[in-house]
Amino acid sequence: MTGPIRERANAAAHSSSPSILNLSVRPLTVALAGQPNVGKSTIFNMLTGMNQHVGNWPGKTVEQKTGQFTVGETVVHLVDLPGTYSLTANSEEERIAREYIIRERPDVVVAVVNAAILERSLYLLAELLALPSPVVVALNMLDVAEQEGVRVEPAVLAAALGIPVVPMSAARAQGVRELVQTVVALARGEIDYRPNVPSIRDDHRAILEQIQRTIQDDVPEPYPPAWVAIKLLEGDGQVTHMMQVALSPARWQAVHDLLRRHEDAILDVAGARYEWIGRMVRAALVRPRAGQVTVTERLDRIATHPLWGMVLLLGVLGVVFWLTYALGTPLQEWLDVYLVHGVAAWLSVLLSAAPGWLRNLLVDGVFAGAGLMITFLPILTIFFLALAVLEDTGYMARGAYVMDRFMHLIGLHGKSFMPLCLGFGCNVPAVMGSRIIESPRARLLTILLAPLVPCTARMSVIAILAPIFFGDSALWVTWGLLGLSMFALVSLGILLNRAVLRGEQVAFIMELPLYHVPNGRTIAISVWQNLVAFLKKAGTIILAMSVVIWGLSTYPGPGIENSVLGRLGRALEPLGRLMGLEWPLLVALLTSFVAKENTVATLGIIYGTGERVGALAHVLTGVLTPAAALAFLSTQVLFIPCVATVAAIRQESGSWKWTMASVGILLVISILTGILIYQGARLLGVGI
Amino acid sequence: MNNGLVPLSQLANDEEGILSELRGGAGFVSRLATLGFTPGTPLTMVQNYGHGPVIVRVRDARIALGRSEASKIWVRKGGEHDRADS
Repeated sequence: MTGPIRERANAAAHSSSPSILNLSVRPLTVALAGQPNVGKSTIFNMLTGMNQHVGNWPGKTVEQKTGQFTVGETVVHLVDLPGTYSLTANSEEERIAREYIIRERPDVVVAVVNAAILERSLYLLAELLALPSPVVVALNMLDVAEQEGVRVEPAVLAAALGIPVVPMSAARAQGVRELVQTVVALARGEIDYRPNVPSIRDDHRAILEQIQRTIQDDVPEPYPPAWVAIKLLEGDGQVTHMMQVALSPARWQAVHDLLRRHEDAILDVAGARYEWIGRMVRAALVRPRAGQVTVTERLDRIATHPLWGMVLLLGVLGVVFWLTYALGTPLQEWLDVYLVHGVAAWLSVLLSAAPGWLRNLLVDGVFAGAGLMITFLPILTIFFLALAVLEDTGYMARGAYVMDRFMHLIGLHGKSFMPLCLGFGCNVPAVMGSRIIESPRARLLTILLAPLVPCTARMSVIAILAPIFFGDSALWVTWGLLGLSMFALVSLGILLNRAVLRGEQVAFIMELPLYHVPNGRTIAISVWQNLVAFLKKAGTIILAMSVVIWGLSTYPGPGIENSVLGRLGRALEPLGRLMGLEWPLLVALLTSFVAKENTVATLGIIYGTGERVGALAHVLTGVLTPAAALAFLSTQVLFIPCVATVAAIRQESGSWKWTMASVGILLVISILTGILIYQGARLLGVGI
Repeated sequence: MNNGLVPLSQLANDEEGILSELRGGAGFVSRLATLGFTPGTPLTMVQNYGHGPVIVRVRDARIALGRSEASKIWVRKGGEHDRADS
């Protein structure tokens, strides 16, 4: 190496080394922990704004949010841990939260607690203090506490806990800056940090020490042995399994015998944590006078009443659907006519020099798929907005509570009601809305059942075709088809619940959060993220599938009747005959996969009537008996969901296997129903 | 019979009780203990219409419980004050 180069290298090393050593510029990693309903996501959004990334925890279907912000020159990486009541391995979320803190050792953990439910939300803190990272308490929702008549003294609480406590009302943007300053100061060691750690009751102390002595040398890195010992005593499944593998058989037997004699220790451990919490808050907490009726109690007299609660729920849904039809549908049509068709026409002109196939591929295949996604956006925005507002105010849990007894019949929780109900507008938000359900099993069941809720597009096809076939009785037929869908949904729910997704019936235990004014920023970010997720993940699938379907319905041609899809329809004619259907009707069903509205358009193309409904009506009444028409409409309403819904199912279930299962189940149900109706009518000799 | 204990599902609206026992599997006990349902904790029935789920107040939080869940939680009727008086 020559002299000058070495010198330059040295100079570079010198100029960069101070910034590496300088603590103020070292990036910090901060984890945000908290129970559900403590305002954790509001704090996360306040801190990171749009500077956040939504993904999944590695190898899990649980959503992971990370974000970044800077304080002076310090870059802070913020990780939003899943909302959990404790750190015992009762759920995937709890395992993720504790594994992250133990393995990644964030510089600071922020424990967000709800001042209005102080004792209960400090339970998570009691668990966090047993882990290695230093903790700051974000004493949030002081505004809600005040509304409920609860007073908390932050300084008194901080003195008792021996750790920093930051008073906040994040929904009103209060205390956010103080939280940031405290986090950075704690990470730099500028704050006196002497946590008062919860201890176990006397009756189990000796056993705990004995367990810890036995396992001490064999606890895998980086788990703290004292923490492992207490989790063993709590009967934590994951830790028990880990130690069974790590310990020699003799040592495991010794530990196992100890644990067997103290199987009820969980109640003692949890009880001791709550006693510790009681001591911590004694001087800091002033509760409302007995008999004082709080805001939440007053609102709940209506919202959770068996009758009035139901009326209110119907009213809320009424408003959501009114918004959809008053704003969403016209916007959707406007976008379709002006934006999608306008741009398509413009594209055609622009590409007029290109070969015909390329022009058609781009305009009818690629752009039609993109246009389809765009037309979904207004309705999705309204639904996501409604879901976010209902969730953020605390009303969603009330709706779930009121509906629980009915949803139980099909093995679902009350929480599945809201997403399923949105399905009447559009199945896509129904599937995506299943996120609010915590239990993975109930979530999957909701996703599988959602496509059986007849969406507006399917009902619009019925609205056009039913009068053609049934004249004055069309209304009755429409109600009948609606009833058929509900019957299929309930039956499939009961069947899947009993036969396929067997396993323990998940207990209905749900917190009813205190009502509070929603935070606009949190809602806006939530709507935005849901839309982006739809466009990014579902969008690529929709685009790909719409190109494939375009190809199948165009080639080899000419016309759809000579395409692959047309031929498939002809090949399936024997099946169609069982339902009394000619092949064009089967092709119409197949094209409804792209969008349900396509059913009518396809029939118009094949029968050469174009968009003239009158002419189509004349042809259809000629080729279909009333029995076959009923079979067709029934099959249509139960048929496989549209491509956007399939993409959403893939996105939310995270599994192609379940997505295909969903499509397969609906295919079988719809065709069997069609056959049953037609053959039944033939047997009875009506409508043929 | 049950030493004066009744299942939580038998408390009427606004009636109070002290939690005594959780009679369920390990997962059930662990979840409820986490939520603050530990022996000796005072509970208040907020809503019980004799059928369907109930709402209970425990440690300032409102928890909705299915009827079968509520019947596995055994309480001694009466609040803390009653106990202090007797």
